[in-house]
Amino acid sequence: MCLAIPGRIASLHDDRGVRMGRVDFGGVVKEVCLAYVPEAGVGDYALVHVGFAIATIDPAEAEKTLATFAEIEQLDDQAAGPGSPPPSPIGPPP
Amino acid sequence: MNQPTAYRDAETVRRLAAAIERITTRSWSIMEVCGGQTHALIRHGLDGLLPSSLRMIHGPGCPVCVTPMAVIDQAIAVAGEPGVILCSFGDMLRVPGSRESLLAAKGRGADVRVVYSPLDAVRLAEDEPDRQVVFLAIGFETTAPANAMAVKLAAQRGLTNFTLLVSQVLVPPAIQAIMSDPATRVDAFLAAGHVASVTGTAGYPELARRHRVPIVITGFEPVDLMVGIHRAVTLLEAGRPEVANAYGRAVDAAGNRAAQAVLDEVFEVCDRCWRGVGLIPASGWQLSAAYAGYDAARRFSLTAAAAPEPAACRSGDVLRGLLRPTECPAFGRECTPQTPLGATMVSSEGACAAYFHAGR
Repeated sequence: MCLAIPGRIASLHDDRGVRMGRVDFGGVVKEVCLAYVPEAGVGDYALVHVGFAIATIDPAEAEKTLATFAEIEQLDDQAAGPGSPPPSPIGPPP
Repeated sequence: MNQPTAYRDAETVRRLAAAIERITTRSWSIMEVCGGQTHALIRHGLDGLLPSSLRMIHGPGCPVCVTPMAVIDQAIAVAGEPGVILCSFGDMLRVPGSRESLLAAKGRGADVRVVYSPLDAVRLAEDEPDRQVVFLAIGFETTAPANAMAVKLAAQRGLTNFTLLVSQVLVPPAIQAIMSDPATRVDAFLAAGHVASVTGTAGYPELARRHRVPIVITGFEPVDLMVGIHRAVTLLEAGRPEVANAYGRAVDAAGNRAAQAVLDEVFEVCDRCWRGVGLIPASGWQLSAAYAGYDAARRFSLTAAAAPEPAACRSGDVLRGLLRPTECPAFGRECTPQTPLGATMVSSEGACAAYFHAGR
């Protein structure tokens, strides 16, 4: 029920004072109420739930989430020491 | 923008799973509150990639599942009134009421129609001025702005034949109820991203502090879920009961102010019964005094009579995270999506249906 699908705003129009638009979900275009995303324009990506855009997708933040896992990997690599075998828990240091 | 595929990349998910395993030193129980997240975790098999010391507990965040049986009975009763068209989201039609489902009522001749959006119900009321259109307005904070706008537009357009049967529920009071239940052990929560898109992060820092539990606002794609779990384990291992936002592309701290303004106008907080869970104080919304004339329960004098669930149905324990669907003796035997005993086997976001469809 709370699933919201991201789509690209293709056009804007007004229906008796209500801000509406046509939103493209990878080729399927639907009419969507844009009253709750007054800042969104054509070309922006919106999250659509039961015919309403409830948020616009922040492209900078989207890049950041995708970068997060790279960071996680980097931190782990630093902890392990890049390329070096794990230190043996017993015996003298090499 | 190829991000939808990037958020489903199997290799990224595997690497995140390995990272989670590396940082996990103790046993932790993490509850994903939202049924949409349960569905994604089970469908993509993400729970199977986690270390055995991490236990994912499925929460009560399935609006179809927690809508009280009495509300279904009310919807069926009003659908039987002469001249009424009852509109509902499709997932509600198969949910068992005390005697039958909306689908069965439709089969008996009641005018029950499935709509994709509450605005479709408003349009229907405009097109059918001689009929009374009742919209079954269920959902969490994600769906509430759409339902609120439907009433607001009906009022603006002077429609006298449109009402809502409201059963709106709220996530933070549910988290509060789970943490206050001595039977449940939850160490951290993944909070529903799309609820927070609307409400922002308000209420969560207080919950995290009071119950000393990390809360991570998380999205719905496989990579989002794994990033959210990684963040939750990081906070748990560091002993930091804080709120983190792992879904920044769709959630900012303030939430959607345009939606909040309409919600404040149309709804007010009320106590609600949750199916399988019971009464949770201040856990729902009802129409505000200004919009009380659009309340179907009032217009049609509908009374709510509580009815017991079938004895074999353990959906209440499933919704409270006390029982895995497959641990229920009825699962997959007398209870299937075709013959559901309880609502958790109906909705695709119900934990029982998610397990069944994934072949667990």
